[in-house]
Amino acid sequence: MAKVPGLIKGLGVTLGTFKRTVQNGADTVQYPHEKESPPIRARGVIALHEGNCTSCMLCARSCPDWCIYIEGHKELAPPRRAGGAPRKVNKLDRFDIDYALCMYCGICVEVCPFDALFWSPEYEYSEPRIADLLHDKVKLGEWMETVPEAPDLEAGADKKGKK
Amino acid sequence: MNAGLLASDLPYWMQSILRVVGGLVAVLLPAGTIVYLFLFKMMSFMQSRLGPMEAGPYGSLQLFAEVGKWLQKEDIHPERADKFIFRIAPLIVLVSTFLLVVVVPFGPDAWFTNFETGLFYALAVGSISVLGILMAGWASANKYSLLGGLRAAGQLIAYELPMVLAVIGVVIQAGTMNLQQIVVAQNAGSMFGWDGLGNPYILTQFVAFIIFMVAVQAELTQTPFDMPIAESELVSGYMTEYSGFRFLIFFISEYATAGVFAMIASILFLGGWGVPFAWFGWTSIDDIDNWMNIVGPLILFTKMIVLAFFMMWVRFSYPRFREDQLQRFAWKVLIPVSLINIVVTGILKVAF
Repeated sequence: MAKVPGLIKGLGVTLGTFKRTVQNGADTVQYPHEKESPPIRARGVIALHEGNCTSCMLCARSCPDWCIYIEGHKELAPPRRAGGAPRKVNKLDRFDIDYALCMYCGICVEVCPFDALFWSPEYEYSEPRIADLLHDKVKLGEWMETVPEAPDLEAGADKKGKK
Repeated sequence: MNAGLLASDLPYWMQSILRVVGGLVAVLLPAGTIVYLFLFKMMSFMQSRLGPMEAGPYGSLQLFAEVGKWLQKEDIHPERADKFIFRIAPLIVLVSTFLLVVVVPFGPDAWFTNFETGLFYALAVGSISVLGILMAGWASANKYSLLGGLRAAGQLIAYELPMVLAVIGVVIQAGTMNLQQIVVAQNAGSMFGWDGLGNPYILTQFVAFIIFMVAVQAELTQTPFDMPIAESELVSGYMTEYSGFRFLIFFISEYATAGVFAMIASILFLGGWGVPFAWFGWTSIDDIDNWMNIVGPLILFTKMIVLAFFMMWVRFSYPRFREDQLQRFAWKVLIPVSLINIVVTGILKVAF
């Protein structure tokens, strides 16, 4: 008979939750009508700051799913100093992320040497057609507006360490 | 529902229509209420969520949305299934529910049939659903379905016994197997000369009540006795291969049977449609005013909801038994206890 108190305790747990839900409301959120704001560093979508990208392909090559497509070509830019040779710059033609493939590992954001990729907490970009989940560089650029300000560095983090 | 009341002065076809409509209401209304009130809402609240909220106010029309969804789905059957048996199995399960409701008295004159051996009949047709479940499991040509069907058959047969044995205590005390007369016996009775509450058998037959409710829970294959449809190992047991409106029939009959069994339990143990006759100075069923035919079903419905609450509460709280624990519980605990209950009831019946 030692099991009986546990059985009754179990009933008490569910009834307690029932009462709490009636009195204080549910722990869940009625999604389309009310929204929870995700944590500020949530991995919602990856934004592209196009000006920083040098089409170095590091992100595309480190992507485990191969969901980043980059195309670019070299262009001649005016020289820095008068009389110098024209500079060669990489011009980005195409930068697509296929969110139907992306698994949100964030390796591309980590690996980008020029801070061109950022995490944004935005998460509402589902599409009726799977092909529309391929975001081009214009759309990826629009996500930049939703990227939160980077948190302040820790004190002393900007000083160069002694080698 | 007032088939008995009107039986004398209506032509046969009108009686038949009344009986069919009444039967549909008596089966579908409790099922719908139980599903919405308990399965959708109480279960959600017990898990700290709100449940369906979109269809209708507080999701009250969700049930219609679900039915519409199931009706739209394709009625598929496995290629190697025994098609005729596969198709007919859910209907057999549903028919057993309709056969059960036939003997339930809703008021002094509101009943479909008034069998002398109503209780015997109810327990007999209640186990027809085993056939349907076994047929569904066998005909699906699927090992999960077969295992689920066999488990269900073993469980339903095992728990049929304590159920019958528990009910015998009530039959001994009431001295009849007619459900109508069991109701009257409870409400007209008295406990030790005090008739303020009548004699609801939940007080004098408490052990039998507990055994009966446990057995009902097992008969309905509800948690903690839901081994036949244990989704973590058997996908969905005998219902695995069913889709569309045949799954809907299984679903309806599951909760309709829950409602009908709750009604039978409230008739056997809580006094059914009646109120204690002493409150209004009635002494027998002939004294009862006609308005009880309207109020009676409501009282029965309320008692059914209360019992269904406990059934569902247990369902949402407990984990499931292992198959051997489940069988051991039936054969080694419930059946001996109910046999002792019969002996004690018999001795006390003779003694007083």
